[in-house]
Amino acid sequence: MQSKKERAKIGRERLQRIIEMCKAVEERSLNPFLVDVDEIIKVVREFFPDWEHPEDLCLDAEAINRLASVIKLQSEWVKHRSTTLYTDPFLLEEKIKSLNREALVEAFLGAWHPIVELEQISLHSLKEALTYWESLPPLKDRWKDFPPPEETGGVASREELLRLKILRDKAFTEELENFWNELKRLVAEKGEDGKIKYWDFVGAETYEETVHRAFLTSFLVTYGYATLEVYPLEEEIFIKPFEKQRRIGKKQLVSLPIAITREAWEKWRKRAEAK
Amino acid sequence: MSKRKAVYASKIKRAVHMLFYRRHKKPGVKGWELRKALGADYPKVLRILDEYLKPLDLQVKTVFEEGEKPHSEKPTPEELDKARFYITLRGDLTPKEAKMIGWRIDDLAGLAITIAYIISKKGKAPRKEIEELLREKLPGWKASLNIDRYIRYGYLSQDENEQLYLDWRTRAEVDQKMLMDLILSK
Repeated sequence: MQSKKERAKIGRERLQRIIEMCKAVEERSLNPFLVDVDEIIKVVREFFPDWEHPEDLCLDAEAINRLASVIKLQSEWVKHRSTTLYTDPFLLEEKIKSLNREALVEAFLGAWHPIVELEQISLHSLKEALTYWESLPPLKDRWKDFPPPEETGGVASREELLRLKILRDKAFTEELENFWNELKRLVAEKGEDGKIKYWDFVGAETYEETVHRAFLTSFLVTYGYATLEVYPLEEEIFIKPFEKQRRIGKKQLVSLPIAITREAWEKWRKRAEAK
Repeated sequence: MSKRKAVYASKIKRAVHMLFYRRHKKPGVKGWELRKALGADYPKVLRILDEYLKPLDLQVKTVFEEGEKPHSEKPTPEELDKARFYITLRGDLTPKEAKMIGWRIDDLAGLAITIAYIISKKGKAPRKEIEELLREKLPGWKASLNIDRYIRYGYLSQDENEQLYLDWRTRAEVDQKMLMDLILSK
């Protein structure tokens, strides 16, 4: 026969399990009918007379509260299934997989009515702006107490690089994948242990081309096509391609700045020519 | 022009200014703002404006709070006050036109898949599942970037558990039932 203490311990564990299960259904959008409500009520009822401490009663209340949330989800589930919007997700998934881009876009365009909106200055705001401009002291008066701003480095966006014609807009993915194939080929031809020196890969005939290759390389690493191996003591960086693209968790991302200066490129050129 | 007609013509002009030009961070105007500016008969002003917009293939779209439908056929003044009003396209765009307003075919197909999948999952789906679905047709790195973009535009929202929901722009722009019917009938 179980002692009172042992029974309470088992009861607490079972309530804890019920709470976890209900939480999982709520958070992971699982089918709420996976939870057998009658069975849970039976368990809660069975152990209720054993609870004496406030903590146990709180646990009991939490289990009931979670169960109520699951029942609410069950009610919403039934409501949704009875609406005209209900579609079996599996059926839809199969349908989506079988359709090509054009067919999907055609379907979407039939149901899409984009908002019309304009952003334009009005006569009133123009008048207000002029009044403001007239009362605005010159910059030299306003900024005389501050030191002149220093030129700082910044991050170049893809759009800026497109504007500067460093990148081409068309088929960026294709360009990236060709570049990845080139990396794999170079590693197979010239690399060791499946990797190649970073500069031997990004270095090119011209400085501009080198910057372009370094930029693309940063995408190869960020999107999991390759990885960098850094040896700080030897001051060497290697790039290692992956056979298949890998999914990189956001938490693992580390930023690694590599300066592609003209001096560094000239140095590499001299070394490459000497070889 | 009768006095009554002149009053409505002036109210319609004011409504056009409010609805076409963006006043806040999000487009659209709340019902109570229209009531304040146009008077209690603003639903009638909007109905007349909607008629005027018909030949231009535009419409006045009413989106009730949180996408909820009004309790009865005729919404109450309170429900209308809380609703948001937009000017949207009445008909459809062609793929060429969609491209001209800045959408790539890939991104639009991705948006269609995402919205349809969330609808089928009762308005909420894990981001991971949608990324996997998008990866069937898009390169891996683009799937996640696209979802971020849909969130930025207001088509989707995401909670701290990485669950995706349909957001205000989907409710305003997409006829959800029509989308599901069109996809399933393809």
